[in-house]
Amino acid sequence: MQQIVNFIIKYKFFLFFLLLEIIAISFTIQNHSYHNSKFVNSANFLTGGIYKRINRFKEYGDLKEHNQQLLNENTKLKNILSKQNIDTSSQVFGLIDTTKYFQKYLYTPAQVIDNQYHKKYNYLTIDKGSNDGIDSDQGVINSKGVIGITQNLSKNYTTVLSILNENSKINVRLVNSLHFGTLQWDGKNYNILQLVDLPIQANIQKGDSLITGGKSIIFPEGIPVGIVEDFSVENNSYRFINVKLFNDMSAIGPVNVVISLYKDEIKKIQESTTNE
Amino acid sequence: MNSNIIQNMILFISLLLLQVILLNNIELFGYINPFLYILFVILFPFSRNRGAVLFFSFLLGLFVDMFLNSGGTNAAATLFIAYIRLPLLKTILRKSEIDYVVFNILKQPFLKILVYVSFLTFIHSFIVFSLEYFKFSDLGIILSRTFLTSIFTIILTIFSLILLSRKK
Repeated sequence: MQQIVNFIIKYKFFLFFLLLEIIAISFTIQNHSYHNSKFVNSANFLTGGIYKRINRFKEYGDLKEHNQQLLNENTKLKNILSKQNIDTSSQVFGLIDTTKYFQKYLYTPAQVIDNQYHKKYNYLTIDKGSNDGIDSDQGVINSKGVIGITQNLSKNYTTVLSILNENSKINVRLVNSLHFGTLQWDGKNYNILQLVDLPIQANIQKGDSLITGGKSIIFPEGIPVGIVEDFSVENNSYRFINVKLFNDMSAIGPVNVVISLYKDEIKKIQESTTNE
Repeated sequence: MNSNIIQNMILFISLLLLQVILLNNIELFGYINPFLYILFVILFPFSRNRGAVLFFSFLLGLFVDMFLNSGGTNAAATLFIAYIRLPLLKTILRKSEIDYVVFNILKQPFLKILVYVSFLTFIHSFIVFSLEYFKFSDLGIILSRTFLTSIFTIILTIFSLILLSRKK
């Protein structure tokens, strides 16, 4: 017993160092899995508050660009609205039959207050949290495409797993065919992502557009992603397919969080199916 | 003694804020950010308890990780250089014992400070990027990032040390 006590006293700094080092490395390993560290993340009032204050200065530089982007999106949406066949605007006192509506998704506006794109595991921080109805595993998009998936949240801030993260896997498909694959990132260029698991029958061409596939419950179908930059074929399968994003991931401002209204219901069915 | 504690607290907070507000947004050549916050490990007085420097270095690294969403990479690296700083300094100065009460890093010969700072910075950056990439196949990226980030950090650190020694 005496020897053990002596040993601890003699090596107390080394043991203290070892203990803290093990804690730090376990946080790191936890961060490399899909769910980033529960304790060490930027979704809290301290980091979120500081990032929000920094962003107040930063966002002035991009105002012009963001305004143009929002204007383009508005124009696009107005054009879609004007294509509707039946004019419902005159039916002021008309009966609205809510059972005919089938709303699947809700969109919440948010502002990116911190954006990373030069690391291997990148995260964004947005200025909305559980107070605004946001939950983990919800999609984050803007008018030009997919940004990421929400993860840790506090009352007013949320961290977003960027598509520029080794753990990010997003189901995408081609616009002109129903073949789908998975979008990943190899950590090199922040505008080029990789499409894997696409069957050779898809017969892609350079410049083909990609949209989200709707096979996951996180993103609705048809959100733009990017275009095929180049690819190579080997042994009758795709060796690699590089995808250029529509978004410039180094300049992300206003975004929408997609809240899926049927997520719980779909999850429940899927769980009960796999349990059987 | 009390003013010493307050001084170190101010150093801790100001280096953390400088790192997360300014330095993490520099992105030289697209991705290089200097880790000037390790100046804390260099400037923290040797006269204090050795456990304190380990604990506060770990804490500073953890706060930086919190801002960067990087798990515990900075905490692990900063803790490591805080642990090796004393043996390393003894080796570089070729002294077996250091009189901790009067010892001042700013009053050492310039070349020896440069070697000391360079060693600490290289080791710190190397641990940060190794833990981030965590793969042998990424060794090329780890080394190139370590090298570029360290150069940038060393220049800023030496510059800050010169400014600090002028003031006194």
